Amino acid sequence: MSPAMATDGPALAELLLQRLERAGGGGLGSLEAAAALGLEHQQLVGAVKSLQALGEVIEAEQRSSKRWELTPEGKEIVQEGSHEARVFDSIPAEGLPQSELMKLPSGKVGFSKAMSNKWVRLDKNADGGPRVFRAVESVQDLVREKLQLVQRGDAESLEEKDKNELKKRKLLMEVNIKTYWIRKGSAFSTTVTKQETDLTPEMLASGSWRDLKFKAYNFEALGIMPESGHLHPLLKVRTQFRQIFLEMGFTEMPTNNFIESSFWNFDALFQPQQHPARDQHDTFFLQDPAEATDFPTDYLKRVKKIHSQGGYGSQGYKYDWKLEEARKNILRTHTTAVSARMLYRLAQQEKFTPAKYFSIDRVFRNETLDATHLAEFHQIEGVVADYGLTLGDLMGTLREFFTKLGISQLRFKPAYNPYTEPSMEVFSYHRGLQKWVEVGNSGIFRPEMLLPMGLPEGVSVIAWGLSLERPTMIKYGINNIRELVGHKVNLQMVYDSPLCRLDA
Amino acid sequence: MRNVTVAQASDMPTVSVKRELLFQALGRRYTDEEFDELCFDFGLELDEITSEKDIISKEQGDGKAEGASDIIIYKIDVPANRYDLLCLEGLVRGLQVFKERIKAPRYKRIMPANGGVQRLIITEETAQVRPHAVAAVLRNITFSKDRYDSFIDLQEKLHQNICRKRALVAIGTHDLDTISGPFTYTARPPSEIRFKPLNQSKEYTASEIMDLYRTDSQLKHYLHIIENKPLYPVIYDSNGVVLSMPPIINGNHTKISLNTRNVFVECTATDITKAKIVLDILVTMFSEYCEKQFTVEAAEVTYHNGKTCIYPELAYRREKVKPDLINKKIGISETPSSLAKLLTRMCLKSHVTGNGNNIEIEIPPTRADIIHACDIIEDAAIAYGYNNIQMTIPKTYTIANQFPLNKLTELLRQDLAAAGFTEALTFALCSQEDIADKLGVDISSTKAVHIANPKTAEFQVARTSLLPGLLKTIAANRKMPLPLKLFEISDIVVKDSTKDVGARNQRNLCAIYYNKNPGFEVIHGLLDRVMQLLAVPPSKESGYLIKAAEDSAFFPGRCAEIFAKGQSIGKLGVLHPDVITKFELTMPCSALEINIEPFL
Repeated sequence: MSPAMATDGPALAELLLQRLERAGGGGLGSLEAAAALGLEHQQLVGAVKSLQALGEVIEAEQRSSKRWELTPEGKEIVQEGSHEARVFDSIPAEGLPQSELMKLPSGKVGFSKAMSNKWVRLDKNADGGPRVFRAVESVQDLVREKLQLVQRGDAESLEEKDKNELKKRKLLMEVNIKTYWIRKGSAFSTTVTKQETDLTPEMLASGSWRDLKFKAYNFEALGIMPESGHLHPLLKVRTQFRQIFLEMGFTEMPTNNFIESSFWNFDALFQPQQHPARDQHDTFFLQDPAEATDFPTDYLKRVKKIHSQGGYGSQGYKYDWKLEEARKNILRTHTTAVSARMLYRLAQQEKFTPAKYFSIDRVFRNETLDATHLAEFHQIEGVVADYGLTLGDLMGTLREFFTKLGISQLRFKPAYNPYTEPSMEVFSYHRGLQKWVEVGNSGIFRPEMLLPMGLPEGVSVIAWGLSLERPTMIKYGINNIRELVGHKVNLQMVYDSPLCRLDA
Repeated sequence: MRNVTVAQASDMPTVSVKRELLFQALGRRYTDEEFDELCFDFGLELDEITSEKDIISKEQGDGKAEGASDIIIYKIDVPANRYDLLCLEGLVRGLQVFKERIKAPRYKRIMPANGGVQRLIITEETAQVRPHAVAAVLRNITFSKDRYDSFIDLQEKLHQNICRKRALVAIGTHDLDTISGPFTYTARPPSEIRFKPLNQSKEYTASEIMDLYRTDSQLKHYLHIIENKPLYPVIYDSNGVVLSMPPIINGNHTKISLNTRNVFVECTATDITKAKIVLDILVTMFSEYCEKQFTVEAAEVTYHNGKTCIYPELAYRREKVKPDLINKKIGISETPSSLAKLLTRMCLKSHVTGNGNNIEIEIPPTRADIIHACDIIEDAAIAYGYNNIQMTIPKTYTIANQFPLNKLTELLRQDLAAAGFTEALTFALCSQEDIADKLGVDISSTKAVHIANPKTAEFQVARTSLLPGLLKTIAANRKMPLPLKLFEISDIVVKDSTKDVGARNQRNLCAIYYNKNPGFEVIHGLLDRVMQLLAVPPSKESGYLIKAAEDSAFFPGRCAEIFAKGQSIGKLGVLHPDVITKFELTMPCSALEINIEPFL
């Protein structure tokens, strides 16, 4: 290697640029350039890459090509000469005993080659054992010369059979290498300015940034996500529903009581004691504490009467109403149990005042579990109590509520609920599914529920309910409810979930 | 069908009818969409369009369906209180009246021409097991295969719904010409009852019958109703022939066939009101096929105390509702005569009385669901068409308030996320193991409420701590890059004898840090941050402090109790290696759990 050849990056890169300038528009190959500059190919590739990082100075197109390279033994021969030449050189005029010659590093290989080249001869009958003599005055070390050609990057000038012969002797090998075809870029220049990675406080202080060049950013790459916590998607939706109710003037009910008596969960709602929802298969009953102990006595009597005998214009259910059934503690099956408590409390006011209530909280069902049903889910409920509310008012309220959810096309189907009459299921047109899907349940609470509480006769209470999980699953495209609710949630999904804007 | 929103699952019965038969009975054809629309307006739901073949291949595989009928079947969801729509006959009658193609028939009870009314005598013994019975006769009925199937199917639908799986009422129908009255409804020890049950070839005692049906996919569900009673109910004819052993099985002797002309219907019950409804429904639906259409022959039931009743009641009740009230409740303004017409379309024959100030409505025996004026008003609204009602916004003016505990929760959630913790949402129900064994405490030392009827161990108790749920969340997310920082603000449940139900919720905040190092300082820092957010300074007197404590869930010497507002509000620390292992975790972990209610 020429000592004049600088090996540090910028100098090398500039050498390459000068060469490229001379090569003109056609460009040049990295292999050839390395050979011409007397560099290892890898060094040149380094220079190419550093130039690429500067932007448009050069264009480099990657290619793949085959190349002859020296093996370590081949390199040794370039340095020391071929084994046969070394053997020839080591033989003095008076010859050398064969046994000693064989002890030389190149002895064995060199001897047989020198013999076949007829460079040496063997006298088997010499005194003191077989002796080797030079057979010619001088030799030309062609093997070394050929390998030198390869080392200079001039393997092409060797004949194919020579190359194969040297390959067979494990002095040459053919390797696949990645090379570049280099052309001038749009910002070509023969000098390299060192590029800065980024602004530093020192540059700002000294003002040096004005004269510096900066490395180009790769805008294709993604940034680094900020380290942060994330809110759960279902609860993000809960926040939005809460917001909607508050915007509509609804007051939040205290639903922080998962344990409820059958009385408030069913009896108060005029749900008969033999109703299938009160079955072991549908409802979680409590073993401990198994029973509720305290009820508003007079109200309880009125509830018993309305179930067993009727009253307030109702036939009742005419069955033997049992306090022990009403006492049974359960995990509430709906938040309507809390609505019943709230309406009872409202009825105890000296003078009735209109009320709008809402809640979003957990309810529990002892049901068969599947991809869309769990034993616990969140119920969203809205209630309006006032004089003279109509079915049209219920529908209008629902329209406003669902409009805020981004659902505008509604239709209403007659339905049956034990504690509302009239009752209506709310359907909305789903554009994706191209059909009407149920989005909620609603109705006007029965007089048999309201009048025993002590609410004035003319007061109507409209109410509706839906689950929080279903709109959330639709919103976030989740098919299996377990991926959303419970400990089997995929935290990556939580991390990645977008904002919740229900009307967007 | 499982309801998608909040109504409970067992609410809606489904009736399957053959489409051809339905259209034939309706006297016109509909496209599936048209029929779906009609159902929707009437409050029904065309749930599925299928065939016997489809049903079998869905339930048992394609192979079994070969040769099954591919006649189209409509599966229609019917509201749970409309027993009059549980069969083809009732559905058609309801829809035809709704579309004003026919008038609602008038059902009539008649005494037999020869005066020989069928009698059923109830003995005293039944009082202990199933005290009530009602009966009637369908005279000169003509069955066809489809009618017969519908007759059997309606009994099954009634059994599953209003009869509460035969617990409240059980229906028996018999070929009257194979037996002779008077009939006796009594109760006897199972060893003394002996007969050939329906579709069996030999006689068994009642005890043997119970054993026989223990593995029967349908009947096994009813055995418990009488199994442990000393006496079983049984009905005999005057010759000692067993009609039925309610609520389990009829005798084979009285089995009805396509050729049966006279049917004796009996319903035994623990609830007499429901028995009367069931009998009325069955006979009103099928008297259509009697020689004298819509007439039912009376039967006389005599209780042991001598009290005698004539059934079926087939009672028509009259109600008066003011047109003004109907209009006001719905939000429409129809004339009284128009309202009467709407109600008549719902099988509630109505007319205007008292100078147009009142509407008199006749409630037929088929409409036991009409128990209050509000039920009548709903029918008027359905006939008017829910979707024709003008939507209005109530004038109700109210000021909204947040529930303070939820308001605090919402605010804290935002800032915990801002502090780098991710929100989890875990179940309120869990196993005893989760809240006790795995945390190194005995279940009896927790104040947990226990569930009486959990289907699996996952629902044994309500959680008394949020920690197990967060640990399980981490266990399910072990592949996620560390550290994992989670929090949850939600309710736990504890027993509390001062509450009417003996338990109360408590709003807890729990946070957890899971990494290669325990990170106590991270969790401690979070506590400091939470207190800062709550404007509680670190101070012995008026602020918060932590004191070394022992807790089986935490590593000894790495646990502290948190005091604020003059009380203990929770603990923080490095979790005990046993706890970490039991929740199938492999890294050190620190946690914090506090009650946030003192900060309201």
